Amino acid sequence: MHLRAFLISALRSVTTGERRYHLWMGTLTTIMLVGAYAYYTQVTQGFGVTGMNNHVSWGLYISNMAFLVGLAAAAVILVMPAYVLHDVDFSRAVLIAEGVAVSALVMCLAFVTANSPGLPFKWWRLTPVIGLLNWPSSMLAWDVIMLNGYLVFNLAIPLYILYNHFIGREPSKQSYVPFIYISVVWAVSIHLVTAFLFAGNPARPFWNSALLGPRFLASAFTAGPAFMILLLGFIQSQTRYPIPDVAIDKLATTTTVAAQVNLVMLLSELVTEFYTPTHHSDSARYLFFGLGEHHALVPWIRTGVALNILATTILMIHPLRHNRRWLMPACAILFIGIWVEKGIGLVIPGFIPSPLGEIVEYTPTWVELCLTAGIWALGLFVLTILVRVALPIELGEARSPHLTEREAAPIVRPRATRPKYPEIRPVRTR
Amino acid sequence: MSSDPTPETPETTEDGSLLQKPVDRRGALGLLLGGVATGVAAASACSPLSAATPEERELKRLEWEEFTQKHYRRMTEAERAETIARLERLAKLRHNEEATIATTDAQPGVLFGYAFNISKCKGYRRCVEACINENNLDRRSDTQYIRIFEMENGVVDLSDADPTYQHEVPAEGHFYLGTQCFQCADPPCVPVCPVGATWQEPDGIVVVDYNWCVGCRACMAACPYWARRFNWDEPEVPAEEVNPNQHYLGNRDRHKGCVEKCTFCIHRTRQGRLPACVEACPTGARVFGNLLDPNSEIRWILAHKPVFRLKEELATEPRFWYFAD
Repeated sequence: MHLRAFLISALRSVTTGERRYHLWMGTLTTIMLVGAYAYYTQVTQGFGVTGMNNHVSWGLYISNMAFLVGLAAAAVILVMPAYVLHDVDFSRAVLIAEGVAVSALVMCLAFVTANSPGLPFKWWRLTPVIGLLNWPSSMLAWDVIMLNGYLVFNLAIPLYILYNHFIGREPSKQSYVPFIYISVVWAVSIHLVTAFLFAGNPARPFWNSALLGPRFLASAFTAGPAFMILLLGFIQSQTRYPIPDVAIDKLATTTTVAAQVNLVMLLSELVTEFYTPTHHSDSARYLFFGLGEHHALVPWIRTGVALNILATTILMIHPLRHNRRWLMPACAILFIGIWVEKGIGLVIPGFIPSPLGEIVEYTPTWVELCLTAGIWALGLFVLTILVRVALPIELGEARSPHLTEREAAPIVRPRATRPKYPEIRPVRTR
Repeated sequence: MSSDPTPETPETTEDGSLLQKPVDRRGALGLLLGGVATGVAAASACSPLSAATPEERELKRLEWEEFTQKHYRRMTEAERAETIARLERLAKLRHNEEATIATTDAQPGVLFGYAFNISKCKGYRRCVEACINENNLDRRSDTQYIRIFEMENGVVDLSDADPTYQHEVPAEGHFYLGTQCFQCADPPCVPVCPVGATWQEPDGIVVVDYNWCVGCRACMAACPYWARRFNWDEPEVPAEEVNPNQHYLGNRDRHKGCVEKCTFCIHRTRQGRLPACVEACPTGARVFGNLLDPNSEIRWILAHKPVFRLKEELATEPRFWYFAD
């Protein structure tokens, strides 16, 4: 009875809206259709239609996957304070963070699928018993388990909470808090495992560094909260859902610290690679300066690093960070900067030069670009749907029709105007 | 399924056989994917190729069986025989090939090793050519397992070498060094495979079950010697050039989307013959043999010549040595 009402209400939430909502979803659908056509081309004609080759055997798909696992993992920045440390400032934003994690994971799995010609049809080979999951020795097998597991956690926990709110019940803490604890550890692990997928290859000295895992986390906790700030800022300005300013402030601080740590790690890598360059530095040389006449990635990485430094500098200046007009662009710049640095600047140079010293460059084709755009559109589509379903329930606008009036009271009091927070000053004692 | 190329009108012989007119390789794979995507029934309903003749129906059935076949190492003897019969029949239906696919296991007391004489190699690349023909390597993308590096005298750094030289050899002041899969004793490409589609056989050969491979290419990232090749497109070998003497783990038909590699010519060496590259070498630079046989030539070289291996610091223990006279 309630379940049916829940599904109908959710369907209504995602299918009704203002004109610009339909325009947004229509645009995303169009991009997804273009992506679907690119995927069709790739499946029917083979991977020869991509820019990848025997030298650069992973390209844009795995690059985006590595970046998006970070975005998914970054949900922990809100999940941990909200559920484990009981930080009330994040209690509303956390549902949105879990939505971001789900959509990022959908994109990750889509990119893994796009990268493997055997998937999705041979997916069953990745299962135990009927297939042969080479666990624990294969890092990719670990990644499959971690990504799917994290997806389940991030879908199940918010769904459980939302459904209970929908039927006017307070969700029982005992039934979901244990899973929260697991998901916190899991979040850090998914990104470390993804880093190990690269770092565990002595064949590729560019990746084979103990810093890679920590660096993945630092960049994830930079780009993730930056994206959350943009999204929460948007929700705050467009809906009545109460996101307190202090939640955004806290996220901004987190992003700033992580961005600084990320830059320190970058510096550490640069010194190791270039102070006494060896053949193991060839990939880094190719990336930052080019090798001979090959320098396709040089403009990318220099732009990426410049964007990161610019955004980090803006965030480090307190008046600017507290000013939305500076904070929002800085977060957008940071997000793009990290994507360039981690997406383009990490996976691809690992293959250049090849282990036998040959230099073959990589340029993605229209198929890869369109499919990549399509998968990003898919992620944003999923995210929009999740937010559209969650907000009315949390605001008490969507409630099971089978409830009494008292049960249907809103869980969250919508705010009428932007809440003002008294300036907090330290108490001085003489 | 609009990608399915329109099949040429089958030229049926008097007994109704389609076998004179092989189904085009791409068409066959399109059928396979289509069949899988929409379910066999739906595919036959909407495909212009909907099982019109018994041969086409048979092809579809066999391709479905091929898709669902077990991992090679999990097959019983009977299942192996059935799989081989199916693959041989598929080769016939798809490319009109009369292939014989062996499943010869590793022989007890055999561990293969390889030695390469850098004093003798003159860079003729006859080995490369022999390898392409012997292993039915894709002609369209010009897949090659063997790479010959032209090295300047006095330099042993591969990144300064030229593997794409196009001039008369031997070039003055240069020597030549060939690479291929070194069949490492501790191969980094094997553990990374998420579905266990690649493994090391008891005689040391690292093999791939092409049908089980999902094409993620983790093994290509893991190999420090750039020994693995991916089928980016549907591989093509002219029917008259196909080597019919095949092995399940070696030179049989590959399809687009799977990884392949040098297997020391598993179909030859398990029958006591030399790999094609060794036989083709006009200078005698290549030595192959059983490392467990104390009287083998390879053992003599390891005992009497100064030898080295590439990237020994990675500790993958290649079973491929270089030596000089």
